[in-house]
Parts: sequence; structure tokens; C-alpha cells
Amino acid sequence: MEFKTIIFYVLSAVAVLAALRVITARNPVHAALFLVLCFFNISGIWLLLQAEFLAMALIMVYVGAVMVLFLFVVMMLDINVERLRQKFWSYLPLGAMVGLLMVAEMGMVLSGKYFGLDAMPGQTMPADYSNTKELGRLLFTDYVYPFELASVILLVGIIAAVMLTLRHRKDSKHLNPGKQIAVKAKDRLRIVSMPVEKDQPAAGQGE
Amino acid sequence: MLNQFVTPDLQPAAPEIFLLIMSCVILFADLVVGQVQRWMMSALTIITLVGAAVLTYVTMDGQVVLTFSNMFVDDLLSDFLKLVLYVAVIAVVIYSRSYLVARNLEKAEFYLLVLFSTLGMMVMISAAHFLTLYLGLELLSLSLYALVAIDRDSARSTEAAMKYFVLGALASGLLLYGMSMVYGATGTLEIGAVAQAIYHGDANKTILVFGLVFLVAGIAFKLGAVPFHMWVPDVYHGAPTAITLFIASAPKLAAFAMTLRLLVYGLFELADQWQLMLMMLAVLSIALGNLAAIAQTNLKRMLAYSGISHMGFMLLAMMSGVVGGQADPFGTLNAYSSALYYSVAYVLMSLGSFGMILLLSRAGHEAEMIEDFKGLNKRNPWFAAVMMVLMFSMAGIPFFIGFFAKFSVLLAAVKAGYVGIAVFAVMMSLVGAFYYLRVVKIMYFDAPVDTAPIEAPLDMRVLLSLNGLAVAVFGLFPDSIMMLCTTTLVRSL
Repeated sequence: MEFKTIIFYVLSAVAVLAALRVITARNPVHAALFLVLCFFNISGIWLLLQAEFLAMALIMVYVGAVMVLFLFVVMMLDINVERLRQKFWSYLPLGAMVGLLMVAEMGMVLSGKYFGLDAMPGQTMPADYSNTKELGRLLFTDYVYPFELASVILLVGIIAAVMLTLRHRKDSKHLNPGKQIAVKAKDRLRIVSMPVEKDQPAAGQGE
Repeated sequence: MLNQFVTPDLQPAAPEIFLLIMSCVILFADLVVGQVQRWMMSALTIITLVGAAVLTYVTMDGQVVLTFSNMFVDDLLSDFLKLVLYVAVIAVVIYSRSYLVARNLEKAEFYLLVLFSTLGMMVMISAAHFLTLYLGLELLSLSLYALVAIDRDSARSTEAAMKYFVLGALASGLLLYGMSMVYGATGTLEIGAVAQAIYHGDANKTILVFGLVFLVAGIAFKLGAVPFHMWVPDVYHGAPTAITLFIASAPKLAAFAMTLRLLVYGLFELADQWQLMLMMLAVLSIALGNLAAIAQTNLKRMLAYSGISHMGFMLLAMMSGVVGGQADPFGTLNAYSSALYYSVAYVLMSLGSFGMILLLSRAGHEAEMIEDFKGLNKRNPWFAAVMMVLMFSMAGIPFFIGFFAKFSVLLAAVKAGYVGIAVFAVMMSLVGAFYYLRVVKIMYFDAPVDTAPIEAPLDMRVLLSLNGLAVAVFGLFPDSIMMLCTTTLVRSL
């Protein structure tokens, strides 16, 4: 067995086990951390496939940014795992049966015969081949339309997030600097002219 | 390799580009004028849609033009579907306004998300590549998830949005997995190239069929066909009625386009495989949709189940295109144009029916129960007549648009040799006629419970009346629209 093949199997096995733990772990924080582990192994597999840029992007974007955010959210929310699992056992038999059936069927199609190394031989790229450069070139030429669409989807994500979370509180106090600067003395201060008051001797009490 | 790239021709995509630019303009306009003059948002939205319609109409030349490295196609079918789409979205904007104002939900985000989902549907309609089809679908779905949750203080809406989101994400995953299998078998994602590769026998049939199962599951979810229909009643019921109106109308056109592009344009060689899958979906949808609708007391839920059965009819037409793996040119064309006709007719009827619920709703009152329509004839004979036309048309009673839609679908099914299924579909439509006629009965023969006067802005009354009239008048001239559908498909296939 080639050394690369051994690495592939190790990475895949850890990735599958980690993915399983993501859905079986009792503690949501553990589940998120197992997802990080799973991503690491997948990026290792991508490195084996000579897709260096994708491997790095997976680590930077998913592990670095998305999962850390995820962990924050999980820690801030008080998730009662036991309550979520109440119906777990009653649904398990049917779910497990359907799941196993699907895995068996998929295994028959996806096992070596059609997607093995004979059917899909790997390609070896020259040493100076730049994965990043190729991706960049494709992204901004042939795939510019889907690329733009993806950016529109992100824009929709921003709009939707703002719409769903922004609340204008009626009792919140805030300053309007423009108004503050434009204020004149007469807006705030009222000068009233009043006659000077004199001490008048009270009548009827004199001697 | 660098020199091969040609700058894409932007002209075929002019309506999409215009819509995107205008959406960004509206996004900024909201900051400036939105807080004070909210009506400008809906006016700008309608202007945008009319502008896109003009652009689509002007650039319509009946040629099949591919651009953006063969990822975008501009043909007569896409132009036709887009024009119907603009009409549907304009109707949604006009019907929704007073409902949203009364519930303090009329935010600029509503109009923006409606425009962005329209853009997503246009992208789907014009997709010539699996990737753009998927991205258009996501653009549509993401906007819809957010729209369902627009009333964020309502627990029911939030629950509906959550269900829609989780199930929708699952369906997108299935669709993507199927696409990846097709890519694995053919080595390309371009719909035309996929068809070529399968035609020349370069692709492995087993992997293709394996992928096809996932593709059909994804499509069935987006159409809301049984057994992937669970989300439909809950989302239609839970979402604010204005949003239900939107979900139940325009996206069906995009779903039709998606089905046609994926199965007919891309995987036509596998027709004998997907025919069987569509047959199961169609039969189950027609049966379950019609039977479950009988038990509903909520009109929105009833219309949701009726929508499931209508999508079953659409699928019945889609599966009748090929007989025994052989495409008979006339029969195929007939089947697909009846599917197109059915989708357009359903969108018209769905707009009208949900529009009627919006018409009767007012601040603090949702006219979503069937009882709310009691004695409508005494309250307002004209709109009772409009609702009657809509219900008759949905039930497939002769001389309304719905009858000819059903008729042409059944004719296509019989021609393709599915007499048994056609008879079954007719029986189920008879069952379905019960719950549509029940609405008509309570409108005309029951005493009104709710006696408040109907308050609705003039534009909505006029458009809703026109909508009812269209359902009635197009039913008198069914051949003209059928001809339009056939011509469209002849020039695009």
C-alpha cells in the first residue's frame, strides 16, 4: 500500500468518526469541536487531491471564522440537550432503518466499481502548477456569473439578518449631533423681563 | 488558455442586471425617503418590475442565445416565463400592501426580498448550467425563508420559517448531491453538454440514475409534491397571508422551469427512468392533496393541499412527454406545453384566491377560515362572484381556465397511454370539487358572520377583479394561450 493511500484512509476514518460524534455528542460545544476536527481531516484529503487553496480556505474560513462564531453562539444559548432528545428514541428505529437502507444502496453504487481509481484515474500536475491561480482565473472569467450571484446571495443574507434582528427601541436614548450643533441659545433659554422687586414695608404692622 | 475567454455578452441578461441595480437603488432609497414615505417603496418596486418587463419584451427575438460561458440562456421560453413572473410579482406587491400596512409589516425589506427572490427565479428560468440553477434556487429560497419570518413576533410564523428553512436546506443538499453525481458521470455541469455526453453514451448509466433519484427528490420538494410535501401546509398556514400569496404563486413558474431544464433539457435520455418517478409523485400528490383538503377548515391550509394536487397535475403532464422511451415530436411538445399552460393557469388562480383572503382581512382580523367567507354574496356580490369564478376554475369546472388546463393535461396523459392514471386523476378532481364548491356554497347560501364592510384600496380591487376576469376570459379562448405555450416551446427546445 502506498504511503498516500494510508494517509487517505486515516484521514477519512477520523473524518467519518468525527462527523458521527457531531450528531451524537451530548454537549453542543463538543459537537462543534468535533465538526472542527472533521473539517481538518477533510482539508487534509483536499491536500492529497492537490487542491491546496481549497484546503487552506476550508481551514481559514470554516475552522477559523465560522466555527468560532458557532462556538460563541452555542455557548451563549442555553440549549437543553435532554429536552431535545426526548423524542430521539421513539424516532430511532424508523430513522435508523431508512438510514441504513440508504447507506447500503449508496454503498452499492459508490463502492469501487464506478468511482474507483481505475474508473477515475488521478492526475499529476507539474510542480509549478498553481491551484490558486487557476481558481482565480476561472472565478473571474468563466464563472463570473455564478460568482456575482453568490455575492447577491450574501447581500440577501445581510438584509435578512438585519430585518430579523434590528429592533428600534422606543425607550432608547440617543444623541443627534447635527441637532446638537445647530441648537441656538434661544431654543433652550427663555429670558423673561421682570420688574425689580422692592422690599415694601408691610402695612398695618408699623409702630 | 487565458486568451480563450471572451467578454460575455450582457444584453441577453439585461433584465436581470436592471433588476439587481434597481434593488440596490431601492436599498439606498429606503435610507433617504423610506421612513417618511413608505408608499414610494412599493411604487419603485412596481416601476422596477415594469422596467424589467419592457427590457425582456424589447430583447425578445425568439433566438436561443447563450452567454456567460454557456451558463445563461435567453430563449423564448425564458422570456415568456419571465413576463408571466413580472405580472405575478406586481400582483403580489399590489395585493399585499394594505395587509402589510395594517399589521405594521410594510418595511422596505419586504419589497427588497421580493425583488431578490424575483431575481433568483429569473436566474433559474434562464439557467443553462447546474451551478446557476442551484444559485438561483438558493437566492429564491433564502429570500423566502426570511419573508416567512417577517412577522417576527408571531410564534406561528417563526415556526413555519424554521421548518421551511431546515427542510429546504435538506432538499438543496439532495439536489446538490444529485448534481455532483451527474457531474461525476458526465464530467460537465453545462445542461447542454450533459445531454450531449449522455446521448453519445460516454456516461455511466448507473451513476446517472443514482444522481437522478436525488435530483427528482430535490425538485419534488421545491414543487411540494408528495411525499416531499410536509412543509407546504405548515408554511402556507404559518406565514403572513401576503407572503403565502407570494410563495404559492410565482415560485411555481420557477419550479416548472427547473423541472424542464433539469429533466427535459439535461437528462432527456433518461426519460424512461424519471417518468416512473414523476408518475409516483403525480399520483400520490393528486390523491393526498385532494383527500386532505376536504378535512381543512382553514382556507390557507385548504389551498395548500389543493396546490399539492395541482402540482401533481403539472407532473402528470411532464411525465406524459415520452412514450416507452421514444419521443414522438408532437406528443412530447403537447405534453410539455400543457404543463406550461397548467403552471401559468395555476399561478393566476392562486394569486386570485389568496388575494381574496387578503381582501377580506383587515387590521386585527385574518379572513383565513372558510367561515369568514360565509354570506359574502350579501356583503359584496361582485367579489363573491370573483371568488366563485376562482373556485370553479380550480375545481376544473368547464369554461374557466382551470378546466382547459386540466383537460389538456389529461389529454396528453391519455395520448401517452396512461389511461388508468388519467381516469384516477379525474376521479380525484371530482373529490376535489367538493371542497371548492363548499366555499361557493357558504358564500351564497349561508348568513354572513362577519358583517364588517370590505375596505381595500382601489388598485387592489381593480386588479383582483381583473384577475378574476382573466381566469374567466382566458377560459373562453383556451386555444390562444395554448398556442402561445406551444410556440414558445417549439422555439426553445
